[in-house]
Formats: sequence, structure tokens, C-alpha cells
Amino acid sequence: MTSMLKNRKVLSGAHAAAEAMRQIDPDVVAVYPITPQTPIAMKFADYVNEGKVHTEMIRVESEHSAMSACVGSSAAGARTMTATSSNGLALMTEIVYIASSTRLPIVMNLADRALSGPINIHGDHSDAMLVRDSGWIILASENAQDVYENTIMAVKIAEDKRVLLPVMILQDGFITSHSAETMYTFDDETVKKFVGEYNPKYSLLRTDNPITMGPLDLFDYYFEHKRQQVEAMDNAKKVIKEVFSNFSKLTGKTYNYFEGYKTEDADFIIVAMNSSVGTAKFVADKFREKGVKAGVLKIRVFRPFMDEEVVEKLKNAKAVAVLDRAASFGSHGGPIFHDVRSAFYESDKKPKMLNYIYGLGGRELSVELLNKVFNDLIEFDGGKSMNQVQYLGVRD
Amino acid sequence: MNLKELGNKKIRLSPGHRLCPGCAAPIIAKLALLATDYDVVVANATGCLEVSTTIYPYTAWRVPWIHNAFENAAATISGVETAYRVLKKQGKIKKDIKFLVFGGDGGTYDIGLQSLSAAIERGHDFLYICYDNEAYMNTGIQRSSATPFGASTTTDPATDKKPGKMEFRKDLTEVIAAHHIPYAAQASIGFLNDYLMKVKKGLETKGPAFINVISPCPLGWKTDPSKTVEISKLAVETNFWPLFEVEHDKWTLNYDPGENKKPLMEWIKVQGRYKHLLKPENKWVVDKAQAEVDRRFELIKRRCELDKDQ
Ligand SMILES: Cc1ncc(C[n+]2csc(CCOP(=O)(O)OP(=O)(O)O)c2C)c(N)n1
Ligand code: SF4
Ligand SMILES: [Mg+2]
Repeated sequence: MTSMLKNRKVLSGAHAAAEAMRQIDPDVVAVYPITPQTPIAMKFADYVNEGKVHTEMIRVESEHSAMSACVGSSAAGARTMTATSSNGLALMTEIVYIASSTRLPIVMNLADRALSGPINIHGDHSDAMLVRDSGWIILASENAQDVYENTIMAVKIAEDKRVLLPVMILQDGFITSHSAETMYTFDDETVKKFVGEYNPKYSLLRTDNPITMGPLDLFDYYFEHKRQQVEAMDNAKKVIKEVFSNFSKLTGKTYNYFEGYKTEDADFIIVAMNSSVGTAKFVADKFREKGVKAGVLKIRVFRPFMDEEVVEKLKNAKAVAVLDRAASFGSHGGPIFHDVRSAFYESDKKPKMLNYIYGLGGRELSVELLNKVFNDLIEFDGGKSMNQVQYLGVRD
Repeated sequence: MNLKELGNKKIRLSPGHRLCPGCAAPIIAKLALLATDYDVVVANATGCLEVSTTIYPYTAWRVPWIHNAFENAAATISGVETAYRVLKKQGKIKKDIKFLVFGGDGGTYDIGLQSLSAAIERGHDFLYICYDNEAYMNTGIQRSSATPFGASTTTDPATDKKPGKMEFRKDLTEVIAAHHIPYAAQASIGFLNDYLMKVKKGLETKGPAFINVISPCPLGWKTDPSKTVEISKLAVETNFWPLFEVEHDKWTLNYDPGENKKPLMEWIKVQGRYKHLLKPENKWVVDKAQAEVDRRFELIKRRCELDKDQ
């Protein structure tokens, strides 16, 4: 199959996001600076001020106002995007929930960065995990190419009438956002055609058909509305599949909720999200060379989380290591581990499972550390007793 | 515009809402919508007006309306207004629409001040009307920075040891004027034509406009619900709430009671929130409040006089 990803570029993850945004050409972007998101906002601001997009940019005074303005803009029927990181996401969290509850298809890039405190600017997933249950669809990106493709697909997923939920695209702060990689982009026309026009059913600007948005909703209806939100997330499962399949026609690649790398016959699998997937693939290959059937399961869609799919992909393995770049204080293991382990509860066939908390505050995940993970899995499978939850690369 | 003309116009905030009898907030909102023939979109900060007009599945609003959260009405309207400009440029929207915000004093003076200040600085085209009932009423009459000196609230109650709030209120209209905003004003529904004129001006203004309206709250102020308009008038006649306008830095005093200025006590004695001030041992509080009201009125007056012949 021929790919429409024809233009070879060297871009950082942040600039890949900005490039996708330029081609999507949204109506409104409201954004506030925070490292490591800033190169997205700055690059996009260049496009705005150079007249390369028709977007109106709102240079707000805080992330809280960024998301608030996005809610206003999207409610007024404009295609709306933003981007943030860490504390910025924490500050806007109140409105992150309101955006999804109001069923507004806002698209946001998140350059993942550790939450304060102590303050730190480097990548971990504590920010994304803060809004894990906010009702946003969450797509994860291994590299700049994924950021670019996920951002374009996000628009179609969010705006689908069966969904109408906001979508967040994750990339690791600095590791992905600031490292230039070779990647491939579409022509502008291809993106324009793929995302199409945004014509929402309701808008605040239809003054002849006035609507009330964001009313007080008490015990007699709130629950039903939450139930509808749950259903929208369920519908998203189908819609995401459709969008993946339509997007495949442009790229010649296949997309899935969980994308296996040499997992089909694998005995030992690492489950990871964002940039660590790349390192894990490299290490899996090294183990393959040694005759160990190693594989990697990459999470592309973190929310909605597809239990059946993750079970399907992992059930034949002997032992699985789930990597979490965020702690979940006071519970057994990290947030991704909770999801994966829980998915197996009804399954007759289940692999042994370990959880590794790693990379907090941007601590490097080296090849050596991942060697240890695969070696652990082998020994664990061989009967060695081990703590189920371990900390990778931390000084004791 | 006279009352008769107003009476013939379509009411865009319908009756049936659940605000308290005698509450000034819905009067302020209804009159603002009557003052203009434009299509409008309204954003509302969390507070009494918002919760009592939109209990799902009902709504009292006959215009498009959005409530986002407590502190972000100005940021929300920034988004709506920006969307309008973009979509209009693309030809997707044809008509002229005006953007109106209603926020309480809590949502405007306090938690929402940052987002309002920034929306003004960015120059969005909207009119923000603060209905100032001088406390967080929706959550049960708690102190705000708009609560006046000597008033009793549930978080700073008058007791034998402390006669209510011991700080002077924030002068938000002046803070807003300091943004060199195209239009800022203070108004009262006790001066109807003045209020309607200011709403019209605010909506005609290109760019941001702000009107601060004193908003008697019978429940929180412990006032007679049938006296809301009179009390609104008293606020002005005692110089507690001066009526003035600031148009591109030009200050104008709209009403000066001069010799007929009423003592602050007349304003105090009709409100239960000041009940403790009637005790002889609290006379000093009344005196101090009076002195500050006089001082602030003089400051505004002097400023307006400076600009008179501009
Ligand atoms: C972030 C946040 N903090 C607190 C509240 C609780 N709250 C809702 S309305 C309100 C008071 C509103 O006061 P004001 O703006 O003066 O309006 P009023 O109710 O007096 O009309 C408060 C404290 C909230 N909804 N959101
Ligand atoms: S509490 Fe006060 S402001 Fe709220 S509805 Fe009642 S009278 Fe109006
Ligand atoms: Mg109030």
C-alpha cells in the first residue's frame, strides 16, 4: 500500500504537534506557556502571525483560562485546540472535567511533565494520571510521528456525533517534545480532507435557537448525564476503530488500542506507554537475539481502556511487566498496572505480572534497567519470588 | 427609553426562576436584556443568578446562555467572542451578536478577578455586568472583598467581640478603570434610566466594557423584599455607591446629591446585616464607615472634576 506520508521532515515532538495543528487549521487556539509544552505554542504562534493558518489565538493569562476559553469557543461551534503540561494541566483540571461533561470536542496536546512538588520540568506521567478519570479520550505517543498522527486522528474521534468528547494526546516531555527525529507528514490537502469541516449540531451563536449550556443539574438528572458520558466513551471504542481504519488507508500502517511488537509468540512482554516503548523494543530485540521470546505492548489508547484487547494481547505470555511512569500513592502499584491487572480478573488464562514504577521526574530509563526487567520476568517465571511492585532506577 | 417602551419589549429572562422574592439580581439581568435589541449570548458565573435560573431541565433564559464555572466567566466569553469573530470572518455567521456576562461580586471581585482583568487587557468585545450583593450569597452569605465595613456575614459575623467585617471594601470599578478600559461604570436599579443608558453604552462600546451594579439581597442583607429598588436608590443617595462612568479614562459623575446627601445611617438602619451597629458601643463603626464613604466619594468627585472640560 502506498502511504500519503510523503514529506520527510526532521521535527521534535512539540513541532510535530504544531505541524499537525497548522494542517488542521483550527478556528481557535487558547494557550498558556509552560515547559515543555512551550515549543508547541511558540511554533503555532509563528504560523498564526505569519498568516499560515486562519486560527484566532487567545494568549490567555493562565491554563485555567486556556481551558475556560476553549470551552466557550467550542460551545460557540468553533474547532478548538490547546496544549499544556504538568502544573498547567493541574491548574485547568476543574475545567478539563467541565469540557468533557459539556461534551465539547476540544483537542489538547499534553507534553507530559512531572507534577509539583517538588517542582521539576522533566517528563513523567503524573500529569496525565491526574485527569485519567476526567472523561477525556487519551491517546499516547511513542515518538514525534505518533504525536503527529494521533493529533490528526483526534479531531475525527472527538467530533464524531456518537462521541463528542475531548481528546488529549500525550507525549513525553523533553524526551519526545524536544528531540528532533526523522518523520513523515502528509500534504496539507490530505489533512484538510481527512478532518473535514466542523459543523456542530448546537452552538451558542445560533441565536434563533437559544440553548442553555452548563445548567445546575441535581440528583434528579446528573446521574443520567454521567451515564450518557459513560456511553459516549463506550461509543468511542467503536469510533476510534473506524478512525484508525480510515487513517490506515492514508498511511498504510495499522493502528490499535494496544500495538504489539513481537508479542504474538512472546513469553515475556513489557507493557509501556509513550517514549519508553521505543527503548523497550530495542531491548526486546536484544533478548530475541539471545533466543528469548521477548515482546513489547505499546499503549496507543489509554482511555477508553480496552480490557478485552489487552487480555487478548497478553494472555499467552508467561510473564508480563507493566511499566508505570507515575506513582499511585497508597495503592498496590501504578495506575496502568491497576488497569492491566484488573482486566485479567475474569480471564482463565493469565500471565504472571510485575509492576515497575520508573522514570519519575524524568529519571532516565536506560537499556540496562530494561535488561533487568526482562531478566526479572525470566527468573520470576522460573519460580523466584519477587516483590510484585518494584521501583526501577531509584536509589534506596 | 421610557418604562412604557420597555413594557412592550420581549422579556428575555422569563419569570418562574427561583431567586428569592425581591432579589435585585434578576431585575439587573432582565433590564440589561431589555435595554438592547441586539441578539446576545450570555455567560454567567456560578452564583445565585446562575443556579436559580437554570435548574435542569428548566431554563429561564430565552437567549443562548453558558455557565462554565465560578471564576472563569470572562475567560469563557473570551472563547465565545473569539469563535464568533473567526466564524464571522469565514462567513459562517452573518448577524451581529453582542456578548454579555453576569457575575456576582464573589465571581468578579475575588475568584474571577484574574480572568476578568486578562480578558479586558486582551480587548475582547463584551460587556461584563457585576451584580454586587456584597457577599457570597449562594453559599450562605459569606464575606467577600465587596462586603462593606461593619457588615455581618457568616464567615465574619458580628459578635460582642467583633462588630462584623473590619476592612473596607475593594473598589473594583476603579480597579477595572485602571485597565484604561473603553467603558466602565457604576449603576443602580434605583436610577433606571441611568442604568439602561449605561448598558446601551456598554454594548455599543467596541472592546471590553464593565458595569458594577449594586444588588440588594433581601436574604443576606436582611432587608424588606419590597424595598429593593428604594434601597438601591439609598445606596446612591448616601454616596455609598456613587454613580459614575469612565469612558477611555474620562471620568464623569452621574449623580451628586450635594446638600441633599443622606447620612449613611439611613442606609445602615434598614438592613439587618448592620443591626449591631445601632448599639451605642458600636457608634464608632458607623462613624468610621461614614468617614470612609465621604472620603471615597470626594476622591471620585475630584477625579471627575479634573476631567470635566476634556
Ligand atoms: C472554585 C469554586 N469555589 C467555590 C465554589 C462555591 N461557590 C459557588 S457560588 C459561590 C458564591 C458566589 O458568590 P457571588 O459571586 O457573590 O454570587 P452570589 O451567589 O452572591 O450571587 C461559591 C463560594 C465554587 N462553585 N467553585
Ligand atoms: S440569596 Fe440574595 S442574591 Fe441570592 S437569590 Fe436570594 S436575595 Fe437573591
Ligand atoms: Mg455575591
